[in-house]
Amino acid sequence: MELSHQLLQYLLSGLSTGAIYALIGIGFSIIYNATGIINFAQGEFVMLGGMMTLFLLEALHLPLWAAVPLAVCIVTLVGLGFERLAIRPLRNASPISLVIITIGGAILIRGLAMLIWDKDTHAIPPFSGDEPIMLAGATLLPQHLWILGITVVLISLNKWFFNHTISGKAMRACSYNPRAAGLVGVDVRRMVLLSFMISAAMGSLAGIIVAPLTMTAYDVGIMLGLKGFCAAIIGGMSSGLSTVIGGLILGVLESMGAGLISSGYKDAIAFIILLLILFIRPQGLFGKPESERV
Amino acid sequence: MKFRFKTLASAAALLLATVSTSFAAGTIKIGGLFAVTGPPAFLGEPERNTAKMVVDNINKAGGIKGQKVELVVYDTAGDATKAVQMATKLIKDDKVVAIIGPSTTGETMAVIPVVEKEKIPLISCAAGSKITDPVKPYVFKTAQNDSLAVTKIYEYLQQHKQNKVAILTVSDGFGASGREQLKALAGKHGMQIVVDDTYGPKDTDMTSQLTKIRGSQAQALIVWGTNPGPAVIAKNAKQLGLKMPLFMSHGVSSKKFISLAGDAAEGIKLPSGKVIVSDVLPKNDPQKSALLTYVKDYQSHYKVEGDHFGGHAWDGVMLVKTAIEKGGATPEGIRNALEGIKDFHGIGGTFNFSANDHAGLTKDAFIMVEIRNKDWVIAK
Repeated sequence: MELSHQLLQYLLSGLSTGAIYALIGIGFSIIYNATGIINFAQGEFVMLGGMMTLFLLEALHLPLWAAVPLAVCIVTLVGLGFERLAIRPLRNASPISLVIITIGGAILIRGLAMLIWDKDTHAIPPFSGDEPIMLAGATLLPQHLWILGITVVLISLNKWFFNHTISGKAMRACSYNPRAAGLVGVDVRRMVLLSFMISAAMGSLAGIIVAPLTMTAYDVGIMLGLKGFCAAIIGGMSSGLSTVIGGLILGVLESMGAGLISSGYKDAIAFIILLLILFIRPQGLFGKPESERV
Repeated sequence: MKFRFKTLASAAALLLATVSTSFAAGTIKIGGLFAVTGPPAFLGEPERNTAKMVVDNINKAGGIKGQKVELVVYDTAGDATKAVQMATKLIKDDKVVAIIGPSTTGETMAVIPVVEKEKIPLISCAAGSKITDPVKPYVFKTAQNDSLAVTKIYEYLQQHKQNKVAILTVSDGFGASGREQLKALAGKHGMQIVVDDTYGPKDTDMTSQLTKIRGSQAQALIVWGTNPGPAVIAKNAKQLGLKMPLFMSHGVSSKKFISLAGDAAEGIKLPSGKVIVSDVLPKNDPQKSALLTYVKDYQSHYKVEGDHFGGHAWDGVMLVKTAIEKGGATPEGIRNALEGIKDFHGIGGTFNFSANDHAGLTKDAFIMVEIRNKDWVIAK
């Protein structure tokens, strides 16, 4: 097989994995911008999305079109509960304490998921069949198109929300300066709550659309969360396009690296990029040092 | 002074009495070390369930030579340090005469020095060939060596006149051991490994590796790993339209793999213990009756299908039982009797132990199976 076909295959695989990283990364950024903390439970929202969908499909025998939105709603409520129970009572704590709390929350959620469901890996049926689609020598599954499509829709919605709605604008105001935002009448606490809900919703959807390809288990959140975090760092913790590009770059580099160099370095690639960015360009690949983080 | 002597004497008598009653009650204590939680829980859970079930059955049937058996199980969580602590506890506190387990090769290697020092027979449920090679006096194992599975696949390929293979192994202990054996035995069977690639145990997309393999000269792909990786690979291979036949290891020989991989599992072949095809085995297979009994018992006890992994614990308990019947319920007696066991038709295969072979199995312990219509059939 020609190298160009191989490269195209690596590119396509990388883009669909990258889209997932991007969605998770945006979840990190939204919470970071609203609260100044890194929510390490983000990966668990992703896991919950997949596991909850599976539960609704298998235990309650709901059809897919009902299970997916319902699972997203439930995880959004978990996000709400998480903020209420773990973050809000300690609003005056330092960001580092809050970050540690999110790590504890992640371990708790993971443990509960293991107890409620089980330790096994589970498969979710693909949304629309699994007949491969040929594309100039490379192949894609219909699920890849779902991933790319849903990512585009979500990113656009996200953009619209932050630029064209009162709540979105208020959240941006909080990210610039919470105190000033509070003074002009923005309810900062509500915005923090909202940020957790949006992040949980986006994370869970990412977990759902990727589950038919990669399968899901109680512990998938750790790695996906870390990769999403890398994407957010590359994008300079922006909740806009640069995190999306960060995720895509990460996905493509991983896939190319695994195909052309060695798959042993796949995860190493992600974390080397993370370290390099943190050392050299902590403001992100595209950010100017004093850039706006929205 | 007289008074003190009296109390002492009566105390001693009392002590003696309790000791003798506990002997009279005659419980034989056997230890179990299984990774019931943690990453290898898919091994440890069926092993523990099976061991409990077999011991219950033995007791219901009147025990071993009239003595009841007590199974003391500890969870190692797949952690070698914990396995060592628990092994010490079994030996020092519970005073077991033999230990079944641990579930993984890493844990077993860590426990070996303890049992060798304390002279307690250990029957490991892990597969790594280094457990019994070189032979250690008190260490036996019931899981089939990886090399036997590799031999089975290579012989199958030889029969089908294919000699260029790609191997894709998981980067953990199981995969590393498989990779080592695949490479070591390739020459002997005239195999040429044209692609040698790995994937991480948590990887979720292997299309990059498979694309590389698709572009190579390989005639067959051998994947060495435990769920879920191989299921992802099966799906990716289907997506990429990979034409070459796909072989897996015995690490995925449970229905779980078929349910994870779905349609992508069709046509995949793998060497497996005979338990999953027990109902379609030829009548003259010496293991058939043991296999059918095990499958039926497990199904009625736990309402799920018994697998290959639980079978390792079945063999472990039954071997200890056989050894106690022959050599008595002491560690030394069990060890000596184990070494003399011949033609023991268990779940994992037909065991023939000797002073130089504490693994006891040949490649006939495996059978090549193929997945057809979401079920196992014997591969032709």
